[in-house]
Amino acid sequence: MRSDAVLNEAVRGPSGPRKHRMLPSWVATTALLLPTYAWLTLAVLLPLLTMFVFSFMSATPMGKAPITFTLKHYRAFIDQPYLLNIGWTSLVIGFWTTLLCAIFGFLAAVALARATVGRMRETLLILILLPFWTNGLVRVFSWTMVLRENGFLDNVLHMVSADTGSISFLYTRYAIVLGLVHGYLPYMILTCYIALVTIDDAIIEAAASLGARWWTILFRILIPMAAPGLISGAVLTFVPVIGSFMEPRILGGKVGVTMGTVIEDQFTQAFNWPLGAALSFTLLAVVLAIFATFSGVLRRGAAA
Amino acid sequence: MKQIGHIYLLVVLFFLYTPIIVMMAMGFNESQLYELPFTFSFRWYDALLGNKQLLTAGMNSIIIAVITSVLATSLGTLAATALARRTFRGKSLLQLLLLPPIAIPWLITGTAMLVFFYWSGIGRGMHALLIGHVALAIPYVVLVVGTGFKTIRADLEEAAMSLGSTPIHAFFSVTLPLLYPSILGAALFAFAVSLDQFVISYFLATPGYSTLPVQIYSAIRKGFTPEINAISTLLLLGSMTVILIFARFAKPGDTSDKR
Repeated sequence: MRSDAVLNEAVRGPSGPRKHRMLPSWVATTALLLPTYAWLTLAVLLPLLTMFVFSFMSATPMGKAPITFTLKHYRAFIDQPYLLNIGWTSLVIGFWTTLLCAIFGFLAAVALARATVGRMRETLLILILLPFWTNGLVRVFSWTMVLRENGFLDNVLHMVSADTGSISFLYTRYAIVLGLVHGYLPYMILTCYIALVTIDDAIIEAAASLGARWWTILFRILIPMAAPGLISGAVLTFVPVIGSFMEPRILGGKVGVTMGTVIEDQFTQAFNWPLGAALSFTLLAVVLAIFATFSGVLRRGAAA
Repeated sequence: MKQIGHIYLLVVLFFLYTPIIVMMAMGFNESQLYELPFTFSFRWYDALLGNKQLLTAGMNSIIIAVITSVLATSLGTLAATALARRTFRGKSLLQLLLLPPIAIPWLITGTAMLVFFYWSGIGRGMHALLIGHVALAIPYVVLVVGTGFKTIRADLEEAAMSLGSTPIHAFFSVTLPLLYPSILGAALFAFAVSLDQFVISYFLATPGYSTLPVQIYSAIRKGFTPEINAISTLLLLGSMTVILIFARFAKPGDTSDKR
């Protein structure tokens, strides 16, 4: 008892009940935030800044050649017109991937939200999302097993009719789009599903009881009301797709030349870092423009 | 109508899982050229045991994922605490700054890291990979832990403090135990993010130090053998297990309050 009091006094000081040594609150806040933001600065912000500077250099600053600053890498699209074609290819692949994901993903989300309940819905949702959180590279590799000549698809076909030729379409743009749809479909289903579950059943029942057909319900109620989910899903599919390089590389072979693979080449093969940096920043500008355009929808989606 | 919905969902699942299952099956097929008929064999898993390069890369991947998980979870939980419990100016800007690692294509982030790490003398290799992986995992941790904060009441902490607990003590004795499932979930998620990360690793790896996805990529480009199927199968099963455990802990979409 006595020693307890002494201890208390030692710890708390003689002035009775403990007083917190009150640091100003911003010190604690800063201490909590500093590690994370210092890390992000070092790993993301400074690199982006450095790459921006690099994109104006005349050559990769590794050899003896003197470095001057130039805008020529940003003129690459004019000086090397084939880059325009490649950029266009990337946009086309992005467009088709996003469109297919939107159509099939939205329908899957409708089916999830309207035809399943409880345990079954939860299980299905996890099963759909599971591949999305596994290695994308391995999933792309898996498609080569299906699409290659004499692969799974050909074998299934031969079981149906033995004397047809190969329908292998590995190393085509269709294969690239197929692999990308496979990669991003789960995400589209998730964003659409989140938007769809908030729709009140009563609205749909009311429409149905007033004689609305299913397509009227789909186009007049479900799609307009779930539009935020559809749009954020589309943005978050299109953006990574136009920056993809391993999918076109593995599934496209020789025809798989996109902005992504060209940028990859500048850093790993051609060793023209400034050009790669300028192309990366052009791509980043496109990405930021897309985010800026849809920021309102995306923020509402994040809040939901 | 419901039947059509169920059938359609089955078709979607079939589309999502067929290539993965075919790939896995081919790892157990005797033929080097993936020829059918299927002959069951562990040949390629045996070969894997002798493949030093892939095994080392696999070990590297696991080590990086563990360290990333610990670092990202610690830093991210601190930041999530400040973002969830404190009011200060510039909060929305800081929340916005969490987005680049998630939202900007990894190709851009990865090449930017390569350029900066080269220029600043940080270089490539294990430490560079760690810097990159932790940065990618932090936003997810903040997100998962931040969601956890929404389910526990701030006044429990305040009650503890008004009863004489210090803020730090209140955090460790009240908030942390309530938050523990979210933090564990975040740690698992960070582990999975790092284990599956390929793009960043690809630009920061060196010939002497690389991770499993980087090795798989270069093996695919050289012309693939069923050994890749075997190691890919193991990698997929590993990350699927981690994500399923995460789903049990963090219950995506679960809004039940822990009050």
